[in-house]
Amino acid sequence: MAQNNTHLAEFLLRMGDNALILGHRTSEWCGHAPVLEEDIALANTALDLIGQTQLWLTYAAEVMGDGKTADDLAFLRDVWDFRNLLLVELPNGDFGHTLMRQFLFDAYQSIHLPRLVRSTDPRVAEIAEKASKEASYHVERSADTVVGLGDGTEESHNRMQAALDRLWPYVGEMFATDPVDAAMAEAGIAPDPASLRTEYDALVGRVLAEATLTVPESTFAHKGGRTGQTHTEHLGHLLTQMQWLQRAYPGATW
Amino acid sequence: MYAQMIQSEASQDDPQKLAEFQARIDADIKIEPRDWMPEGYRKTLIRQIGQHAHSEIVGQLPEGNWITRAPTLERKMILLAKVQDEAGHGLYLYCAAETLGVSRDDLTEQLLSGKMKYSSIFNYPTLTWADIGAVGWLVDGAAIMNQVPLQRTSYGPYSRAMIRICKEESFHQRQGFDIMMKMAQGSEAQRRMAQDALNRFWYPSLMMFGPSDADSVHSTQNMAWKIKMNTNDELRQKFVDQTVPQAEFLGLTVPDETLSWNEEKGGYDFSEPDWSEFFDVLKGNGPCNTERLEARNKAWDDGAWVREGLLAHAEKKRARKTAAE
Repeated sequence: MAQNNTHLAEFLLRMGDNALILGHRTSEWCGHAPVLEEDIALANTALDLIGQTQLWLTYAAEVMGDGKTADDLAFLRDVWDFRNLLLVELPNGDFGHTLMRQFLFDAYQSIHLPRLVRSTDPRVAEIAEKASKEASYHVERSADTVVGLGDGTEESHNRMQAALDRLWPYVGEMFATDPVDAAMAEAGIAPDPASLRTEYDALVGRVLAEATLTVPESTFAHKGGRTGQTHTEHLGHLLTQMQWLQRAYPGATW
Repeated sequence: MYAQMIQSEASQDDPQKLAEFQARIDADIKIEPRDWMPEGYRKTLIRQIGQHAHSEIVGQLPEGNWITRAPTLERKMILLAKVQDEAGHGLYLYCAAETLGVSRDDLTEQLLSGKMKYSSIFNYPTLTWADIGAVGWLVDGAAIMNQVPLQRTSYGPYSRAMIRICKEESFHQRQGFDIMMKMAQGSEAQRRMAQDALNRFWYPSLMMFGPSDADSVHSTQNMAWKIKMNTNDELRQKFVDQTVPQAEFLGLTVPDETLSWNEEKGGYDFSEPDWSEFFDVLKGNGPCNTERLEARNKAWDDGAWVREGLLAHAEKKRARKTAAE
């Protein structure tokens, strides 16, 4: 694979893996949400994310050009080959924790995807066009819930603040630029993530202020997921469950 | 068929009004929420629609059990869409029940305390991926048998909910059959899984229609009110007649040695399920009753702070809006 294709494949895996792993986490809620409307909304979010996964990973497989499919990439890679943010692989925690993570991710997507719509790569632009519509709906919903629970009862406020404190150290990874990002930016395929930070902070700051929540002062960021350098211990367990049938019955069609 | 053994309530109403009411039903005029209705009709419908709604909600659990393990991205999406539909069906049905003067929270509490039932079928476990196929093919297939005629039920909101639900259920059944087809044409292990799923789900699916009610007083009243459109035996026969050729097409064996085509009646003769098992399941002794109710109770209890938080926020917003005006 030519160098520019390696970078593109890497970028597509990052996009696909974020959607896949968060979609998986969200789907764990199925049937267990606090209220019926949330069951429906969480299933719907998971469905959108798995749909996006299929588009990103199909394109990734094509660019890699070694005859693999999106399913091969989802179900037959091990931990070290995944390129998702650490944020999305963390366990769900309580409902507040799940929705806070969703908001922190949706806010990023709602800024990142519209930029990708203007990508010089037509396939990227096409996928982003579809995904950004979903992301704008997702962020509206998750922001509303974060505000409702942050500015709700004392208990809901405390739980949301605890969720924000726990998750905030995983936000910085979204904006850490590496050579893949630099190559994507240079080719006009994707924006440099660092360039999205100001807009992100403004959006997140506005919503969290309305939610009466305090953004932690620490700027420390856990990193390594999107570069593949490291993951949390949680990802292996998630893959064990997700990939089980494909691993147990190799080559079967389903 | 998500409502089983619904007992009718005796009505102590004015005979004149009752006669007019029955005449409307006989003339296929829908009963709407604001119309007069016998108390027994109202209570029976609440019980039936409520049980149906609860079944949709609890029914998310055995299928949700496999979403995180679905074998391909496409299967995962189809299953997510299906479970989402089911939660949506629950919502329509609770709304239909609310038009009869009961709240969703009331119904939920009755489910959680075990006072109201949900379909016995959801107390069986989904052990392999083929079970997800079997649930779609057999369980949704059985549900459709009952729900298609219920589109013509006498109560307007229930009938309209059924019309929406039926459209989605036929897609659910097809995806279940499609999973079974892939399994039946697949590897040795997959064929074994498919046969095992049919073995375990066949009789519980027949139980979904409930025991014979041809001579039941409740059944007669409910049929006169068009809350129930067919007897349990009629629906069960129709289900068997439809399903046996499908099993043959799949190359699977229905686990009933007595099964045979009866030329004279134009349908299959088949063995009744073990009704003592059915009554055990209804009493709470099915393989998963405890887990299902525990899961629903946990979701409700763990979610209390969320519901209270969102409610408190909505009140604050309203108060701020009023203060600003």
